Amino acid sequence: MKLSLEEVRHVAALARLSLSADEEERYRHQLSAILEAMEQLKALNTDRVEPTSHAIAVEAMLREDVVVPSMDPAKALANAPAKVGTSFAVPKIIE
Amino acid sequence: MTPELLNLSMLELSTKLVRRETSSVEVVRACLGRIEQVDAKVRAFLRVDAKGALAAAESSDARRKANAALGPLDGVPVGLKDLFLTEGVETTAGSKILAGFIPPFDATAVELLKGAGLPIIGKTNQDEFAMGSSTESSGFFPTHNPWDLGRTPGGSSGGSAAAVACREVFGALGTDTGGSIRQPAAMTNTVGLKPTYGRVSRFGVIAFASSLDQVSPITRTVRDAAALLQTIAVHDPRDSTSSATRAPDYLAEIEGGVAGMKLGVPREYFTEGIDPEVERAVRGAASELEKLGAKVVEVSLPHTRYALATYYLIAPAEASSNLARYDGVRYGLRAQGAKGLREMYCQTRAAGFGPEVKRRIMLGTYALSAGYYDAYYLKAQKVRTLIRQDFLEAFKNVDAILSPTSPVTAFKLGEKLDDPMAMYLVDVFTLPCNLAGLPGMSIPCGFSAAGLPIGLQILGRHFDEARLLRIARAFEREHDFIRRAPPI
Repeated sequence: MKLSLEEVRHVAALARLSLSADEEERYRHQLSAILEAMEQLKALNTDRVEPTSHAIAVEAMLREDVVVPSMDPAKALANAPAKVGTSFAVPKIIE
Repeated sequence: MTPELLNLSMLELSTKLVRRETSSVEVVRACLGRIEQVDAKVRAFLRVDAKGALAAAESSDARRKANAALGPLDGVPVGLKDLFLTEGVETTAGSKILAGFIPPFDATAVELLKGAGLPIIGKTNQDEFAMGSSTESSGFFPTHNPWDLGRTPGGSSGGSAAAVACREVFGALGTDTGGSIRQPAAMTNTVGLKPTYGRVSRFGVIAFASSLDQVSPITRTVRDAAALLQTIAVHDPRDSTSSATRAPDYLAEIEGGVAGMKLGVPREYFTEGIDPEVERAVRGAASELEKLGAKVVEVSLPHTRYALATYYLIAPAEASSNLARYDGVRYGLRAQGAKGLREMYCQTRAAGFGPEVKRRIMLGTYALSAGYYDAYYLKAQKVRTLIRQDFLEAFKNVDAILSPTSPVTAFKLGEKLDDPMAMYLVDVFTLPCNLAGLPGMSIPCGFSAAGLPIGLQILGRHFDEARLLRIARAFEREHDFIRRAPPI
């Protein structure tokens, strides 16, 4: 299992990570080695096995549909890197 | 010299507080003094909240005076892994991307500790977002093992483990996603208890891998682990996976011993790669439990060797989606000077995340990406079923399972940092428990010739924490490990 540089760049783009050329090369090697170790799972026949997403049976938790106070907007915005009024401010979305 | 007061267990301190032989303020001051004395070397704490802890201690003393204590641990100071949101106190998850983040609310576990009167001394160091096995992946600095300052305390809750071991606090909370409380406990001569998935609320605990994460106490004695778990094992409607089952009284039968219990030793946990000194100590512990009246039998968990690969697909996959929220918009770091939103995301994440976190985000994103989902993520979820079934099968025949916590004792700082697979292997015996959602403990069971602690892992059926504590206590009673303090 050898990842190509293109694959590394594609995954980094999906993950919204800018990588330096150095990092691209390092992750290409390290991820290839890790994925190679993962290949051993293929040896197991799992055709008739159901996947487990939670180890404990989780039931839908329902509550009464009552209005409860929400967080004060000023408090919710207190950690924002940039804000306008009661909104989070972001850089331009459309060029 | 450690003041004698700081060598007490949480419950011993509780008795002294009840009898007014000491006060919470005196104890908090002693903890702060101890931190002053040793933390420049150990570096267990990212942040100490002296003011907050002293204020909480003063209130506690006032309640004790009025005979209105909130519970047995009222006034007993603890530490918190920096993964727990603490209202008004900076919380970073050990990541530069969250430097300066001041949470607007407390995690449920924190709320419960405060509600029970426990002063919080500060926030302990950890691997960034709990991804790591040595606390070296902290975005700020590594923590040193108080038993040998040239070695790691394990991880990811290494700050909590080191702080408890070197008497800076009486107990602490960490989290355990693949061994992050049990493995550092094993490496620092402390008791780590990872409860059943869902036993403790995850609300307000910064998420790593949501189907595996569990809040976990770390203490110096088994009884303290029971008392601390009792305080936080409460149903929470704000976490949809929080168990509605009422927690039993964990101290009620803790002294009941192991007579008549059947304990399994899995043959797959004694493979090559295990340090012979660790194997000897763990097998010795199993024979001792046999002498104390348990029946010890060999069991098989045939899919054990697939657990590492399964875990390192599932956990990074969940992490890659959980960490999508760090985008420079609502909190934390924002890269400056980016042209447009997308570039701002990419640069913020590049600047804020450390190498191990980036590696896992890449791995997880790959495992979830179109064309690879079935081959990696879905396959891992299916193997997870097989691993879980192994345990359920074994528990038809035995009451609990004994194994080493870690195949090795504390390793040197820097030793495994450039070899991710070697680092991942340190967790090979702790990961299966998380995949199966089981409760697991690590308790001290010996020391290597070099004087490094060794941990015994005890795994149990879902929600059978009381039995694990009882087994652990039966073993602990026969030893003085809890009285041994690191040479610092």
